[in-house]
Amino acid sequence: MAQRLKKILIGMALASLSAGPAYAAKTLVFCSEGSPEGFNPQLYTAGTTFDATSVPVFNRLLEFERGATTIVPGLAERWEVSPDGLQYTFHLRKGVKFHATAEFKPTRDFNADDVLFSFLRQLDKNHPFHKISGGSYEYFDSMSMPALIKRIEKIDDHTVRFDLNRPEAPMLANLAMDFASIQSAEYAEAMLKAGKPETIDLKPVGTGPFQLVAYQKDAVIRFKANPDYWGGKAKLDNLVFTITPDASVRYAKLKAGECHVMAYPNPADLEAMRKDSAISLLQKEGLNVGYLAFNVQKKPFDDVRVRRALNLAVNKAAIIEAVYQGAGKAAKNPIPPTIWSYNDAVKDYPYDPEAAKKLLAESSLKDGFEADLWAMPVQRPYNPNARRMAEMIQADWAKVGVKAKIVSYEWGEYLKRAKAAEHQTALFGWTGDNGDPDNFLAVLLGCDAVGGSNYAEWCDKPFDTLIQKAKVVAAVAERTKLYEQAQVVFKEQAPWITIAHSVTFQPVRKEVIDFRIDPFGKNNFYGVDLKQ
Amino acid sequence: MMAFLLRRLGLLIPTFLGVTLIAFALIHLIPGDPIMLMAGERGISAERHAQLLAAYGFDQPLWQQYLVYIGQVLRGNLGTSIISRQPVLHEFLTLFPATIELSLCAMLFAVAIGIPAGILAAVKRSTFFDHAAMGVSLTGYSMPIFWWALLLILLFSVNLGWTPVSGRISVMLWVEPVTGFMLLDTLLAGDSEAFVSALRHLILPAVVLGTIPLAVIARMTRSAMLEVIREDYIRVARAKGLSPLRVIYVHALRNALMPVVTVIGLQVGTLLAGAILTETIFAWPGVGKWLIDSIQRRDYPAVQGGILLVASIVMLVNLMVDVLYGLINPRIRHAH
Repeated sequence: MAQRLKKILIGMALASLSAGPAYAAKTLVFCSEGSPEGFNPQLYTAGTTFDATSVPVFNRLLEFERGATTIVPGLAERWEVSPDGLQYTFHLRKGVKFHATAEFKPTRDFNADDVLFSFLRQLDKNHPFHKISGGSYEYFDSMSMPALIKRIEKIDDHTVRFDLNRPEAPMLANLAMDFASIQSAEYAEAMLKAGKPETIDLKPVGTGPFQLVAYQKDAVIRFKANPDYWGGKAKLDNLVFTITPDASVRYAKLKAGECHVMAYPNPADLEAMRKDSAISLLQKEGLNVGYLAFNVQKKPFDDVRVRRALNLAVNKAAIIEAVYQGAGKAAKNPIPPTIWSYNDAVKDYPYDPEAAKKLLAESSLKDGFEADLWAMPVQRPYNPNARRMAEMIQADWAKVGVKAKIVSYEWGEYLKRAKAAEHQTALFGWTGDNGDPDNFLAVLLGCDAVGGSNYAEWCDKPFDTLIQKAKVVAAVAERTKLYEQAQVVFKEQAPWITIAHSVTFQPVRKEVIDFRIDPFGKNNFYGVDLKQ
Repeated sequence: MMAFLLRRLGLLIPTFLGVTLIAFALIHLIPGDPIMLMAGERGISAERHAQLLAAYGFDQPLWQQYLVYIGQVLRGNLGTSIISRQPVLHEFLTLFPATIELSLCAMLFAVAIGIPAGILAAVKRSTFFDHAAMGVSLTGYSMPIFWWALLLILLFSVNLGWTPVSGRISVMLWVEPVTGFMLLDTLLAGDSEAFVSALRHLILPAVVLGTIPLAVIARMTRSAMLEVIREDYIRVARAKGLSPLRVIYVHALRNALMPVVTVIGLQVGTLLAGAILTETIFAWPGVGKWLIDSIQRRDYPAVQGGILLVASIVMLVNLMVDVLYGLINPRIRHAH
């Protein structure tokens, strides 16, 4: 006690003198919106976690080009796909170093063992690490990897082969996703020997451009540039995430110069941000779609005329103005225009209440009908205010004689009931995982997804044949044609009202150089610089 | 005194059990399923859903889950967070110093201003100062924390640039956590710049969090003082020719303080509740913000454990107030 008191007194004495700042080097501060759930991206699915783990700390065999959905080499320098689409051979990059920490000093460079470890931990239920830290690999599972991967083989130290059970054209895009981050097998083995295997999920060791220095829960995450990064050292020396949950406070910090880049601005603040001379407001069309799904298994939505009529009855332009406050683009296809194979030739249903009435009359529902309209209770980039959107659709439908009753549940309950197909119509949306059209069309509209994420419960043979065929064809040109046709079928059958693709905004201070908005909504600071 | 203390301690046991039941019931009454929330729009197969529910023990009947839970609590195990997979007690203890530091400073602010303001308002009853002080305190009491915080941030941080917007210390500084109390840690590290930074970061959150207790303390001090200064013994003291200052501070204040101390004790609960909002706005890494996140994610073990620990602390503080009350007022002690 006396010792501590003495320390405090010495501290107070020293406090009267001045000490220098801890960081003199180039430090970028990012006002993030929340805390990461943990530090192993294989175990989680939230973008907030990926921002702090897979993006700065780890690499994957393949990467998405910064600010784009194009696949580029990562830890694999090159790769080959067998003609039958069942074998993927990756040639690994040599001389890649893992981060060194206080607990672990790597004795070797990255090699095939690390790839095997990273995938087998998730794939093999008997792997010594499978059950560590809860052992739940939701992203890996939801991308059907266990069903897809037959075997992973080490050909030599720098060559790995994936054997698949069936051809899967989006496989390369899947391997660039966060769950496919490569961990150090040597580190895992060392921690297992030390009797604390869960350390690898708390103190990450990767090959990425930044290395984790410290994390204070709910407060701050500190990274430093990895001097040995295979892609060249980052232009920033330090990267700091200051966790600020409230959007207004994030904006206040940005204005006060307490952070350089902020996540998720309030739509209401955008106008002020545009006028602020210290801030650049970057924008990009999001990789998402907001929609209303008709439950086609329930009457009267089994009738395509009713679905088309209700499409014609909705005034999308008004919704985009009121709900997205201009930060949205009317959607006509189930995939956003930023994804390859987007079919711009598809004609959207115009806003035409008279035509809608006529169609309803043809379908013997000329006196109108009553229906449930489910509104999500949460705010999402693809739907910033589902309640308001539901009210506007309700008003539009009322004009053609359809009386909609707005229903809402707590989010977990909403998802559960919608999966059980209790709804008649429900607002939903989707943000892409890997930039592949399959990730929208098969996941949201495929026959396999009925009872899962296909909330329209729509299984249309011609549509499904097209997307299944596109899954097994490797040539992008051929796949594009198939997906374009699928979008035509989708529009004719109208299982959804496609509402909007939101525009992502990201305010950054003027001194930030070359920050690019990521189409997946992540925040990547490799390649970013600061004016000094 | 001992019997009084034992009786009060004995009362804590049923209260504690009641709190565990309420904490457990409340979080399970909120609709929602942590597994569905984790899966989100992506969805999860029914088989996997059942598997995960079983893994966390959420597939058991509620009464059974409660019994397992209470058994663990009695053994000192508050469970493991289903999100971070860290022990709940460890997470709580990591974050709690930040909440205590903020709450203590807020209370210090409330007491330092509230008591003198209340005394002055009572002494200068029905004057402009009295009306102004009570008007301001009523406004403070009615002010929504969220709005009040944003107003202060806009004025002092954004427009005037006097205080930082949020956080506990400048992100450009790094102090190794030793006690978890930032002011102490910066002193221990002998880093003056960090100490000043931590102090500046404390000002706005402490003012915001201390506003409601300040209003309550000021109003309570005023009314208690008004009652006391009407008493005969005060008249006697004045008649004896004691200075007005001595009459007020030595003779009146000690008796008037009793209800004020009770109110201060009760305000600890208000402070911890207010900390939830204040911490979220000011990005203050304390238990309030952690509880909010845990509720949103339906992290049952974290919410149950967090509520239980916070409630236990409030109970203990109230017990301390009761004991203190006895010390200040011998009549209470003797009555027991």
